[in-house]
Amino acid sequence: MYAFEFVKPKTVEEAVAALREGEAKVLAGGQTLIPTLKQRLAAPEKLVSLAGVEGLRGIRTGDGVVEIGAGTTHAVIARELAGAVPALAALAGDIGDPAVRNRGTIGGSLANNDPSADWPAAVLGLGATVVTDRREIAADDFFQGLFTTALEEDEIITAVRFPMPKTAAYAKFDQPASRFALVGVFVARLDGNVRVAVTGASENGVFRWQAAEAALGADFAPAAVEALAPPPAEEMISDLHGAGDYRAHLVKVMTKRAVAACG
Amino acid sequence: MKFGTSQPVRRREDSRFLTGRGRYTDDLAPREALHIAFVRSPVAHGRIAALDVGAARALPGVRGVFTAADLAADGMNNAIPAIFTVNNRDGSPSARPRRPVMAEGRVRHVGEIVAAVVAETAEAAADGAEAVLIEIDEITPHTALAPGGTPLHEEAPDNVAFDWALGDEEAVEATFAEAAHRIRLEVTDHRVSPAPLETRTAWARPLEGGERLEITLGSQGVWRIREDIADFFGWQADRIRVVTPDVGGGFGMKIFTFPEYYAVAHAAWKLGAPVRWQASRSEAFLSDTGGRGIVATVEGAFDAQGRLLAYRVDGTCDLGAYNSHFGQNIQTFLATRVMTGVYRVEKAFWRMRGIFTNTPPVDAYRGAGRPEANLDIERLMDEAARRLGIDPFEIRRRNVIPREAFPWRTPGGEIYDVGDFARVLETAAAEAFVEGYPARKAASAARGRVRGLGVAAYVEAVLGDPSEGARIRFCADGTVELHVGTQSTGQGHETAFAQLLSERLGLDIDRIRVVMGDSDLIPRGGGTGGSRSLTAEGAAIVTAADRLVTGLRPLAAEMLETTEEALRFEEGGFRLAEGNRFLPLVAAVEEARRRGQGDLVDVAARHKLAGRSFPNGVHVVEVELDPETGKIEIVRYAAADDFGTIVNPLLVEGQVHGGVAQGIGQVLMERMVFDDDGQPLTGSFMDYALPRADDLPFIDTFFVPVPSANNPLGTKGCGEAGVAGSLAAVTNAVADALAAFGVENPQMPFTPERVWRMIRKAEERRAAEG
Repeated sequence: MYAFEFVKPKTVEEAVAALREGEAKVLAGGQTLIPTLKQRLAAPEKLVSLAGVEGLRGIRTGDGVVEIGAGTTHAVIARELAGAVPALAALAGDIGDPAVRNRGTIGGSLANNDPSADWPAAVLGLGATVVTDRREIAADDFFQGLFTTALEEDEIITAVRFPMPKTAAYAKFDQPASRFALVGVFVARLDGNVRVAVTGASENGVFRWQAAEAALGADFAPAAVEALAPPPAEEMISDLHGAGDYRAHLVKVMTKRAVAACG
Repeated sequence: MKFGTSQPVRRREDSRFLTGRGRYTDDLAPREALHIAFVRSPVAHGRIAALDVGAARALPGVRGVFTAADLAADGMNNAIPAIFTVNNRDGSPSARPRRPVMAEGRVRHVGEIVAAVVAETAEAAADGAEAVLIEIDEITPHTALAPGGTPLHEEAPDNVAFDWALGDEEAVEATFAEAAHRIRLEVTDHRVSPAPLETRTAWARPLEGGERLEITLGSQGVWRIREDIADFFGWQADRIRVVTPDVGGGFGMKIFTFPEYYAVAHAAWKLGAPVRWQASRSEAFLSDTGGRGIVATVEGAFDAQGRLLAYRVDGTCDLGAYNSHFGQNIQTFLATRVMTGVYRVEKAFWRMRGIFTNTPPVDAYRGAGRPEANLDIERLMDEAARRLGIDPFEIRRRNVIPREAFPWRTPGGEIYDVGDFARVLETAAAEAFVEGYPARKAASAARGRVRGLGVAAYVEAVLGDPSEGARIRFCADGTVELHVGTQSTGQGHETAFAQLLSERLGLDIDRIRVVMGDSDLIPRGGGTGGSRSLTAEGAAIVTAADRLVTGLRPLAAEMLETTEEALRFEEGGFRLAEGNRFLPLVAAVEEARRRGQGDLVDVAARHKLAGRSFPNGVHVVEVELDPETGKIEIVRYAAADDFGTIVNPLLVEGQVHGGVAQGIGQVLMERMVFDDDGQPLTGSFMDYALPRADDLPFIDTFFVPVPSANNPLGTKGCGEAGVAGSLAAVTNAVADALAAFGVENPQMPFTPERVWRMIRKAEERRAAEG
């Protein structure tokens, strides 16, 4: 780890101000950032911890929406949403291991936008809204490729607002070593439409599989997916855990399983 | 006897380990110790064109920067010895190139040490390492497990370190020529990383004003390392003290004297200050020795009834860039101790070529050659069963060495002392409830899963130094020290050895303290490896205990006013054969001490085993395959094992569980992958798939003890047996499941993608064949 300055502001405004001075990074759980720093793969001048910022934690439900504070840990979400939105609770409860779930936050995960992370699938799959210190960003506009989002350099996510689905399910195929998603598919039935978001698979990060959305919109059943061609293999990630054609195949399999799990 | 032999005594060391009070190497490093960081080669093969440490030396906090040139200037012997080497088939010696502690103008694997930076903090040392400038002219690396390619060493122009063979090649060929059936298959046993929980670590400090040096490190025995470090300094061995405290796993890998240990010792001596190092996990993947790494062609000649008449193996094994300590020995001499497994075949031939590759060295990993050899012959038996239409249990029944044939001389030159392989096989089949398999298979099919059944037998050979010592020392405070020459890396030695002594002398187990891992306190020891600890050390403990009793007998006779012949030693004391007069051992000890006869209460002895012992067993595994994803789950696991006399069934079960887990890990998940440039692709646990608890099944264990004839306790050793059984049994189960798709002779690792691809390929081939 290289030396860096560490600040722990009390408000979002102070945090934003701190981000504007020098080459700074937000610390929001640190489950990716800290290992990166330890390996000396990143050298920010300053870490701006959000751990002391009031009002970033907690879950509010009502009026057909679930709003999760950006600083809420995966463990809390897994515990508290088990009744209200089981698909989100199950997704949160299957991230990493207990230590990761008790440290890592939904906001940190979304801002990092790892192509194999779980939360981007849920946010895109439910068509959620990412709330920041200065605006609201629709999920369809938020994710912009590997580790890239619509966030500005000094912008901080404060909450994520999910619409309450009729049914939803997340089907994840683990990368055996890391247990990140080799392929993870979030399927949701909302008022009037079906959304299918895929993480882990694409070289461009999380994406909506529109052919599946159309097919499932007409007939919400695993068989509707069976008839589809998998997404193009050449757009999928290829690594030692799975080449593009395998990942493309798994997108189809996991979509079917998510649909089946929706019941 | 509350804590005697065969009792499931809970591990005495566990409360320490589980409450964070274990004392591991790095916990003990002095606060003021300097930190060492290593500059490692970023490329797999090349010549060092330039090496400039000037900038690093000038950094604040940096106290020293050392390269091979500095070691030479200080008179160090910059070479790591290979302890075991072999001869070629033609009698000539194998290639034995020099292996430097730090690179001498040439690097041969990613991670090879080029320089060491010592500084006041870990960060300053890391800064220093980054400031070392290296220019390397790259040479094409050799990574294939085959002869040829750019030579790593001039001693091996085709990268073949040895071409070794054992057995009667002509007799085998003659039998093959006439046999009813010849079965031939390839067997891949890919390379893995031992990955102990505690990474390698060491710290050193000068003693006695620099006259001596102490090095503390996680090892499997301090004595070999003391010799190696002393040779490096050109010192008498007694100037070096090696200490090993608690160790978090070794698996064979921690036997060896790694380059880092020499560098730490040198820096402490040179700077006159303590110096510490603990490998990061990334560093471990770059510098730990690998395990396995073999491809072999395996052939059997069978008669019409499926009896194996002759057997041969022709393989190549990965040595990495240099001969590590036992590197050349593993797939040759060690593997062939059990090359024909549990079978009564009398003709066999084993050829193995060792290949230098531009990767870290390969050496012992749990089982060291014997799981590999068992895998070969067990894959053959399964393939023969399939092709000849014989049930896999039945073909083994027809071929196991019958009980009445022991002692059995194998074509590899071993003499199996005792065994009842057929009974072990029947026990495994019964306990695994194989009769219920068809119903379970149908139930799996109903859920869209394909079930496979695998069976494999194995035989192990307890290896290592056949002699070992023990010292029993009654202390003034009423405790008893038991000094041993083996080294626990987590197996529970503190419990098992104390149990043995407790029973033998009738002592309270809580008063016994097992002492190990200090070359100043214990002059000699064989360390732990080859499943030898209980067998070799146990024999030494009972020998020492008996010597202690014999020594005290005249005193006891005097105290009881009788003759020595009239005394029996039992239940912790001397009893008069007639009448009920009894003198507790501790009373005799007290009296000896009162009389100043300290030699009677501090007794050492050595015992040399009459021969090796041969743990054996049969594992039966059921897997479920998800054909859509290729994922395999182990759903049933039963192991029937003959470990001879069992001292503590809890510890033995634990060893079986751990060994089985490592076998499952290799077959389904773990693999060390290097790209064509020799860069490791599995450099962290994000990519190297070590199994977690929920990747593993419940494991049912059953003991079928046939005590060994070659040691006083009748034990056989259980540390490596689990992996010797699981490697083949799990592979056979997966192969059985894949046979449903027409996949022939699949090779591990059975990762989901590889399995999915095997199925697809077989389906495409079948579609093409119409």
